Amino acid sequence: MKIVSLRVNGAGQAFIARPGTTLLLALREQLGLTGAKRGCAQGACGSCTVLLDGQPVVSCLVPAVTVDGAEIATIEGLADGQVLSDVQQAFLDGFATQCGFCTPGMIMSAEALLDRNPDPTRDEVNEAISGNVCRCTGYEPIVSAVLDAAARRRSRAGEGAKL
Amino acid sequence: MPRVNPIDTEYFKDERKAGDFTVIGTTVQRSDALGHVTGRTEFFEDRTFPDLAHVKIHRSAHHHARIDSVDCSEALKVPGVLRVITHRDVPSNWYVVLRLIGIEPNDEPVLAEDRVLYKGEPIVAVVADSEAAAIEGAARVRVGYTELPAVFDVEEALAPDAPVIKQAGTNYFVYEGHHARRLRFGDVERGFAQSDRIFEWRYSSAPIEHAPTETTGCIVVPQSSGRLLIHSNTQAAFFTLDNTALILDRPFTDLQVKGGTVGGGFGGKVDVMVEPLACIAATLTNRPVKFVYTREEEMQVSSPRAAERIYIKDGVTNDGRILARKVMLYVDAGAYSRHSPYGTTKACAHLPGPYTIPNVYADCHCVYTNRTPSSAMRGFGVTIADFALESQMDRIARALDLDPLQFRLRNAYRDGDLKAHRKVAEGTALIEVIQRAAALVGHELPDEYLALTSTTPRGEKA
Repeated sequence: MKIVSLRVNGAGQAFIARPGTTLLLALREQLGLTGAKRGCAQGACGSCTVLLDGQPVVSCLVPAVTVDGAEIATIEGLADGQVLSDVQQAFLDGFATQCGFCTPGMIMSAEALLDRNPDPTRDEVNEAISGNVCRCTGYEPIVSAVLDAAARRRSRAGEGAKL
Repeated sequence: MPRVNPIDTEYFKDERKAGDFTVIGTTVQRSDALGHVTGRTEFFEDRTFPDLAHVKIHRSAHHHARIDSVDCSEALKVPGVLRVITHRDVPSNWYVVLRLIGIEPNDEPVLAEDRVLYKGEPIVAVVADSEAAAIEGAARVRVGYTELPAVFDVEEALAPDAPVIKQAGTNYFVYEGHHARRLRFGDVERGFAQSDRIFEWRYSSAPIEHAPTETTGCIVVPQSSGRLLIHSNTQAAFFTLDNTALILDRPFTDLQVKGGTVGGGFGGKVDVMVEPLACIAATLTNRPVKFVYTREEEMQVSSPRAAERIYIKDGVTNDGRILARKVMLYVDAGAYSRHSPYGTTKACAHLPGPYTIPNVYADCHCVYTNRTPSSAMRGFGVTIADFALESQMDRIARALDLDPLQFRLRNAYRDGDLKAHRKVAEGTALIEVIQRAAALVGHELPDEYLALTSTTPRGEKA
């Protein structure tokens, strides 16, 4: 047993990590953040993707005891009140969701991509979401939504620069 | 909302009732999309309960075996294990999915009794405080077996010397006293004799797993009223309610199913495989119980699309009119019926494809083997048959040096044609769809084929 202190979506949090607990289970069952999903519990489907110190990780493979002091970002922290992030809005407008189960992980992978590469090619988007399995959409609307989100972010940055 | 694409209202305009289309062609947002992009959509496993217990299954290690002994004593010694459940704890130990639509026999036990018919068949359920304890408990169940000969191929299963694996006495489902779902129309042998060429080919498919990203599962919560509240990712909430109540031998009103949010289904979540055992576990322990498949279980024991084998023999004139079609179709149901007898009937109903053929003969067999039971998946019965039928059409066109679209147009069904099932075709549109598809890809058709319509009756010599 170990007390793990960390920041989740910008707020200080702590939980008791039992042996064998993963970051995914701690988020879902101890911190009440159920946006990250358990699809395979073996790091293969990407449904549990969150950002650990800015990097996308499959949280089902991250031992909870190792995240003491870390900064975690989950799907629940993206929107500002009613205002969605550009990636969320682009997924919504572009019909990039179907059953919705892969969507939180997919969006977190996309956020991580756009944070490090504001103008990705289609191939770079494919590469960035290659660890996220979607069984419904066939990926095309997802890839288009990520490219659309990148354009929205660049446009917003351009407006900011003019100010 | 503005139209995203103009709608072509030309086709069949005389058949439409007055009034304009108002929805098709406009953009309507999904009602669940906002929840999906914010992570707020509530899937069944997103609910937490402080005293949640977990179910894990001890499964058959063999494809076909007699069960000689079941020893749960070591499982019960695992710290955290609350109960073991065997077939004796299941009030009515038979899955009844097809009984509800009038099809018998009920051939699949909820938990195996004296035999197992496929590798991975559930034998004992273990209920424990934690998932880890349930896994450990299930691993410690000891089952003694006598292995029996297994059969894995649909045609081998029908051979006279094949081991009979089903207690009903045949390795095939019996349709009203017959060995197959049959279709008889005209006289195929006479049709073959009148034909210039005979083409016969074999088509086969492997089982296909739906592999939803969310595995099959449920959480059952005993209510103070004595009812059971079932949070499920089933695709068929009422199927789940009815089947579970029949297995529990309790009134339907004892159960409440909350569902409708499915993390991928594609037909794989209609078989009611987890809810009955979770309900029994919740009743025996009086605690909320979760039973959810691991990814390995989803891949190995959840029902896939059936493997099929299809032989098609066609008699065709040199100018491309099909005069006779004979189909021998085999659906691999796996060890138990589930939805396969129904799927095989669908396959038969789909023959001979969307073509008017004067002589048709088909035997569609629903065959049992010692493989994982197959069941529903997107258009089951029809999808693989279509693969075979349309492959056959392309191969014949190639062999006769005919344009494959003209070959299909020549044989396409039209309004007023009598289909092989003695139904008069109506609302047909194959001709117009092919004509439009050809235009879209720049495939030129001769004027006589452009002049065809679905509503022009087929002449005597057509």
